[in-house]
Amino acid sequence: MAETTTTFTNATQVLEPFRGIKKVTIEEYFTSGHRTCQGCESALVMKLMVKAAGPRTIVLGSTGCMYVANTTYYTTPWVVPWMHTQLGSSGSAALGTAAGLKALMAKGKIKAEPINVIAFCGDGGGADMGIGAISATLTHKEYNSLILLYDNESYANTDIQISGMSPYGAHTTFSPPGKVHRIIHKRWKKNMAGMMAAGHPECRYVATVCASFAVDMMNRVRRALTIGGPTFIHSLDPCPKGWDYDPMLSHELGELAIETGVFPLYEVEDGQLKYYGKTRAIVDGRKRKPVREYLLKQGRFAHFIEEDLAYFQAKVDEMWEKWEIPAVVPFRRLDATKSVLDVK
Amino acid sequence: MAVVTQAATAASDEKELLISGSEAVAEALTLADIDVVTAYPIRPYDTVMQAIAKKIANGQLVAEYIVAEGEHSQFEIVKHASTVGARVFAGSSGVGWAYAMECLVVTPPLRVPMLALVGNRALDDPGAFGVEHNDALFVRDLGWMLCWIDTSQEALDTTLIGYRIAEDRRVFLPLAISADGAFLTHSQALTLVPSKQKVDRFLPAYNRGDLQLHPDNPITVAPQANEDWVIEIRRQNDEAMKRAYTVIEEAYADFRRVFGRGPENPWFEEYMTDDAEVVLIGMGTISLPIKVAIREMRAQGKKVGLLRLRWFRPFPYERLVTALSKAQAIGVIDRNYSFGSPFASGVVANEVRAAMYNAERRPPLISFISGLGGREVMLDDVKKATDICYAAARSGQSDAKTHWLGVRD
Repeated sequence: MAETTTTFTNATQVLEPFRGIKKVTIEEYFTSGHRTCQGCESALVMKLMVKAAGPRTIVLGSTGCMYVANTTYYTTPWVVPWMHTQLGSSGSAALGTAAGLKALMAKGKIKAEPINVIAFCGDGGGADMGIGAISATLTHKEYNSLILLYDNESYANTDIQISGMSPYGAHTTFSPPGKVHRIIHKRWKKNMAGMMAAGHPECRYVATVCASFAVDMMNRVRRALTIGGPTFIHSLDPCPKGWDYDPMLSHELGELAIETGVFPLYEVEDGQLKYYGKTRAIVDGRKRKPVREYLLKQGRFAHFIEEDLAYFQAKVDEMWEKWEIPAVVPFRRLDATKSVLDVK
Repeated sequence: MAVVTQAATAASDEKELLISGSEAVAEALTLADIDVVTAYPIRPYDTVMQAIAKKIANGQLVAEYIVAEGEHSQFEIVKHASTVGARVFAGSSGVGWAYAMECLVVTPPLRVPMLALVGNRALDDPGAFGVEHNDALFVRDLGWMLCWIDTSQEALDTTLIGYRIAEDRRVFLPLAISADGAFLTHSQALTLVPSKQKVDRFLPAYNRGDLQLHPDNPITVAPQANEDWVIEIRRQNDEAMKRAYTVIEEAYADFRRVFGRGPENPWFEEYMTDDAEVVLIGMGTISLPIKVAIREMRAQGKKVGLLRLRWFRPFPYERLVTALSKAQAIGVIDRNYSFGSPFASGVVANEVRAAMYNAERRPPLISFISGLGGREVMLDDVKKATDICYAAARSGQSDAKTHWLGVRD
C-alpha cells in the first residue's frame, strides 16, 4: 500500500476464460469456516465467484444468507478482503469501494493496480430493497465493479419469506397455502437481468448464470470483471431449505430450471445478446422439458393442483413464444395488420 | 458568490472571503483534499454540495464526486470509500438524514471517520425548510460525534479540526457538524481561508492502518458476531468516544498553535458569563438574538450571560458543571423537542439536568423550547425567558415545567 508513481489508468484485470474444468486454477479464496446448509448452492456460487476473480479482489456482501452463514466472527471463510454492507446496499458498496480505490490511485495515495470489486446480494437485498442502488451503480461507467445477485428465490436467512423473485405460488412462511386460499403469492417473478440490461445502456455486461454449470458460471464472472465499468450477474441458486428438497438434488434442480426454460442462460455484452449452454439449445429448437418436472421435485409447490401447473407452464410458454426477445425482454411486437389505435 | 475582499498581503498566507457557512465548509474540504464526496439534493445542506460541484468543475478540488440516488446510498457509498482509505464527506438535512439512518447507524461501529454536514431542518410533516435540531439528534446515542457551529469561520475551522479528530486512531468515529438551516448555511460572513501549506501542517493524511480494506490486508470486516462479541464491540465504541475528549482538546490546542485563532475552550462559548446571575444555554445561531438581548438587558442592570454549547457528543459535562455552578439560575433554550421526556423538555435541557445531578451546587434550571421550524427567536422571547429564570433564582426553585416561547396560544 506504499505510494507509487505508477500511472493510474483505471484498467481492469484481464481474466481469460477457463478453457475447461481442468484448466481452472486450484487456489481457493472462499474456504472452510462457513456454516451454510447442506446442499447450499449459493455457498458454491461464492466459492466459484471468488475463484474466478482471483486474489486481487475485494468482496462486499450485503445482508442475507451469504453474510450471516458465511462470516461468523473469528471463523471467516474469506481469504480475500471482505466487508459487510447493508441489505439494500450492494450497489452502493460496489460504487463506494471502487470510487475510493480510484480516488486513492489517481492521487497516488495507494499503488495503482487493477483491483476487482465484487458486491453480492441476495434476491431480497438485490431485486427488492437494493434495486435502486444497483440501478444507480450501473450508470456510473467510470467505476469498475461487479454486482452478483445470488437468487435463491426467497428471504432464506430469515425463515423463508417471499421476495420479488419468488416464483408464482411458492409456499413460504409468508405465503402458506390455506383452506381458503391455496395460492397466496400470486406475483410473477421479476425479470432482473433483462431489466438491468435493458435499463442501463452504458452497462457493458449483464449475464445470467447457474452454478450447476460451474465453468460457464466462472467464465461469466471473469468476463464481467475484465470488460469493466459496472456489470451485473444474476445467478439462480437452488436452496434445499427454501425450496424443500433433498440437498443432493441442488445441481439437478439448477439444470432443470434451465431445461424447462424457467430460467434462461444468456449474456448481454455491449448490447448484444448471446444465449449460451442449454438455453442456446432451446433457442436453437430443442424442446423445453415440462415445468412440472422441475416444480414437483420441490416441496414449496406440493400444494399445486393441475390448474396451477398449467398456469405456470403457460406463463413460461409466454416467455419463449410471445416475448419480443424470448425469455429476456417481455415486450410484444405489434400486430402489423392492426393500427396502433386498434390495439387494446 | 465568493468575493475576495482583501488581497493577500506578502506575509499573509490567508485570504478573506465573503462566504456562507456552506461555502466555508466547501473551502475547508478543498484544503483537506477529500477523496470521495457524495451528494443528494435536500435543502438547506445542499448548498455545500453546490459549492463543491463548482470547485470540482473548476479543478480546485480533485475528488470522486458522486450524485447518489438517495441519502441511504449517499452515506453508504462514502462509508465504503472510507474503508479503503479515502477521506470522505457527505451531508443531509431533515428527513434526508432520516432516510440515511440505517447507514448512519453502522458507521460508528465500523469506525469510519466520515464527516457530514447536517444543515438542520425541521422534520416532515408538515413540510418546513427552517431549522430544528431533531434531525442531527437522531444519532446522539449511536457513536456519532456531534457539534453545532455558529459562524462561517467556525464552519471552516471545525471542518478541518473535525477531520483531525475523527481520523485520530484513538477515535475513528464519524462527526456530524450541524449548521442551522438558512441562518448559517445560507448567510454570508467574512471568513479567513488559510493556505494549503498551513492546513497540511495541522491535518495529517488519513491513515486507516490495519483496518484498511485492500488485497494486501485481507481482513473480514463486520462479520456476524451475535451475543458472543457484540457487547465488547459496543464497549470499544464507548472507549473511543471517551478518548475523544482528550483528542478534541489536543486538536483545538494545535489548531490555535498553527493558525493563531480558535477557541481555548472547544466545548462551549461563554458570553458575559463571568458575573452572570442567569446563564442561558443554546446551540447554533440562536446565539445571535440571545447575545443582543443580553446586551440590552445588561444595560438595564440584569446580569445575564450565554453559554453556547458547541460540542454535544461527546458531551462536556464536567466543564459544564464548573461553568454553571456559580449561576443563580440556568435557562436552556432548546431548538428541538423530545415529546414525553422528563418535564416535557427539549434534549439539551435534560442533558444539562443529568450533567448537574451530581454537582455540589445545582442552580434552578428552567427549560424552554423556541424557534422550531425556523421561526425567529425574538429579543422579547429571550427577555421573557430571563425573567422566568430570575424568578427561579429568587425562589431557589425550578418550576419543573417547560416553557414554549413565541408560540401562538
